[in-house]
Amino acid sequence: MDTFLQQVINGLTAGSVYAVVALGYTMVYGIIQLINFAHGEVVMIGAMVAFTVINALAPAGLPPLAVVLIGTACAVPVCMLVGYSMERLAYRPLRGAPRLAPLITAIGVSIILQHLALMIWSRNVLAFPQIIASRTYFIAGAAITTVQIAILAICVGLMGGLALLVYRTRLGTAMRATAQNPQVAGLMGIDVNRVIAATFVIGAALGAVAGVLFGTYYGLAQYTMGSVLGLKAFSAAVLGGIGNIPGAMLGGVLLGLVEALGAGYIGDFTDLCQYGWLSGAIDACEGGGQFILAGSNYQDVFAFIVLILVLVFRPSGLLGERVGERA
Amino acid sequence: MKQYFNAKGKPWLVWIGFALVGVVLAVLPFALAQVGTSWVRITNYAILYVLLALGLNIVVGFAGLLDLGYIAFYAVGAYTYALLASPHLNIHLPFWVILPIGAGIAALFGALLGAPTLKLRGDYLAIVTLGFGEIVRIFLNNLSQPVNLTNGPQGIARIDPFQLNGFSFGTYEKFIGLEFSGPIKYYYLLLVVALAIILVNVRLQNSRIGRAWEAIREDEIAARSMGINTRNLKLLAFAMGASFGGVAGGMFSAIQGFISPESFVLVESIMVVSMVVLGGMGNIAGVVLGALLLSFVPEILRWTVEPAQRALFGRMLVDPEVIRMLLFGLALVLIMLFRPAGLLPSAVRRRELAERAP
Repeated sequence: MDTFLQQVINGLTAGSVYAVVALGYTMVYGIIQLINFAHGEVVMIGAMVAFTVINALAPAGLPPLAVVLIGTACAVPVCMLVGYSMERLAYRPLRGAPRLAPLITAIGVSIILQHLALMIWSRNVLAFPQIIASRTYFIAGAAITTVQIAILAICVGLMGGLALLVYRTRLGTAMRATAQNPQVAGLMGIDVNRVIAATFVIGAALGAVAGVLFGTYYGLAQYTMGSVLGLKAFSAAVLGGIGNIPGAMLGGVLLGLVEALGAGYIGDFTDLCQYGWLSGAIDACEGGGQFILAGSNYQDVFAFIVLILVLVFRPSGLLGERVGERA
Repeated sequence: MKQYFNAKGKPWLVWIGFALVGVVLAVLPFALAQVGTSWVRITNYAILYVLLALGLNIVVGFAGLLDLGYIAFYAVGAYTYALLASPHLNIHLPFWVILPIGAGIAALFGALLGAPTLKLRGDYLAIVTLGFGEIVRIFLNNLSQPVNLTNGPQGIARIDPFQLNGFSFGTYEKFIGLEFSGPIKYYYLLLVVALAIILVNVRLQNSRIGRAWEAIREDEIAARSMGINTRNLKLLAFAMGASFGGVAGGMFSAIQGFISPESFVLVESIMVVSMVVLGGMGNIAGVVLGALLLSFVPEILRWTVEPAQRALFGRMLVDPEVIRMLLFGLALVLIMLFRPAGLLPSAVRRRELAERAP
C-alpha cells in the first residue's frame, strides 16, 4: 500500500509539471493548430537561466526562497521574449502556408534554441545548489518532501490562474474567439495577431516556471532536458485532447501517474517466477530467484502505450471535442 | 521528369541528359575518393537518406499521413539484418535472404502501426507515430534482459558485409586498373537500389493506387464515397513506406558493420520528415533533392566552419559542431519562410498556392 501511495505522490508531482508544460502546447495549438515543437526548448531555457542566477546568488546569503524567486523572475521575461520572437519571426510569416511548413520551422527553431543553449552553457549539467533544507513528511507510510508540496501548490496555482485568465478576462475571451474562428474574431475587432502573440508569451512564461520546478525537483538542468520533457508534455496535451485547456491539465496529471505507477509495479507483474505454472520451467526461479521480463527501465514506454490506447478508443483525446472531418 | 528539361519534341535531348547524369553518377565515387574516402562514405549515407525519404514520401507525401516515427522501420530493418548476419546470435544468412525478410518484418510493423491509427487524423496521428518510434527504440535499448536479443545500448557489432559468391562488398579490390574500396562498391549498390526505388515511386505515383492515395490525402470522405477502400489503402501506404525503410535499414547495418539504438532516435525521424517537406512533399525529384541537401549541407558546414573561424578570428571561438547545427536550424527556418511548399513543390501544391494568391 505504501508503494502505491508513494508512487501516486511522485506521479502527481511530475504530472503537475507535465500539465503546466502541456498548457503551452495546447494553447498554441488551440489557436493556430501548430505543434510548437520548440516549446520544450523554451522550458529548458527557463530552467537554465534560473539555475545560472540561482547558482550565482547562492553564496550571497540571501534567504533560499528569495534566491529561487529571483531566479524564476529572471527566467520568465527571457522566455517570454524567446516565445514572442519565435512567433514573430518563424511562425507569423507562415500563416496560410501549407500545414507542415510551420512544423518544419518549429523544428528549426528548436534546433537553434538547443544549440544556442549549448553555446552559452556548454554540455555541463547545472546542479541545483543545496540551499533548500527540504523536510520530509510521512503520510500512511509514504514520504512527501516540502519541495514536492511546493511544486504541487505552484502548479495548481498556475493552472487556476490560467483558467481565470482564459475564462474571465477580455484577453481570454479574445483568445477563445480567435481559437474558434480567426476571421470572424478579426471582424469583431479583435487584433488576432496580438492575441496569438499573447498566447505564445503566456505559454512561454508558464513554461519557464515549469522548467524551474522540473529542474528543482530533479536537482539539475541541462541543455538536452527540453526534448524529453517536451515530448511527454506534448503527449499529455494530446492525451487530454489537444487544444483543450482542462484536457491538458488532466492529461499531464494522468501521464505522470501512469508513468510512476507503471515504473513502480512492472517489475512485480512481469516476474515470471510468481506464476506457478511458469516457474517450474525457468531455471532462474529455483530457490526464490526472479526472472523479470521488464523492469522500471521501461518507464518511458508507459506514457506512449497509454497514449496510443486512449487514442485508439477516443481518437480526439479524453476531453477533446469531436471535430468534423473538415473543420 | 520531362517537365524539368523543357525538351518537348526533342526526345534525344532527354536521352543525352540522362546519359550525362549517368556518366557523372558513375564517375562520382572516384572523383570523391580523390578528395577523401570519407566523402564516399558521406555520399553513401546521403543515398541511404534518399531511400528513407522516398519511403516516407509514400506515407506523408502521397497518402498525407504525417508519420513522426518513421525511423522505427529503419531500426527494424537494421536489427533484422544485424541479428541474422552477425556473431551475436551466430547466424550468418546471405543478404539477399535477409533484405526481403527485413522488408517484410518492417512492412508488418508498418501495418501494426497503421491498424490502430486508421481513425486518427492529422496531429493525433503524428503523436501516435512519434510514440511508436520511441517505444521501438526503448525496447531495442532494453531487450538485453532477461534474454539478450538486442544487446541493449552497446548495440551489435561485427555485422557481416554483403557477400555474393565470394565477392565481398566490404573489401578492397583492384579491377581493370581501378581501385574499388568497400565504400565505392557499396556506392554502386546503393545507387542501383535508389534508382530502382525511384522508378517504383514514379510508377506508383501515377498508378491506380497512387491516385487513390492522392484522393485520400485531399479529402478522405470524398475518396471513400468514390468507392476507394480507404482502410486498405492507408494500411498499404504504411506497409509500403515501412518496407522501404526496412531495406534501407538492412543496408545501413551492413555498411556500418555496427548498430546501436543511438542511431534510431527521434531526431532522425524528424530529419527525414524535414527532408520530405523541405524538398517538396509528394514530388519525387523534390524529395530526392531535400534528402541530398540535408545530408550534404551539414557535412559541408563541418568542413568549412572550422577553417572559416580560424581565418576570421585567428582561433576557435565556438565549437564548430554548435555553429554547424545553428546554421542548419537557421537554414530550415529560412527555406520554409521563403518557399513554404518546399524547394520543388508537387504539381498539386503549386496549383493550390496559385489559387490562394489573390
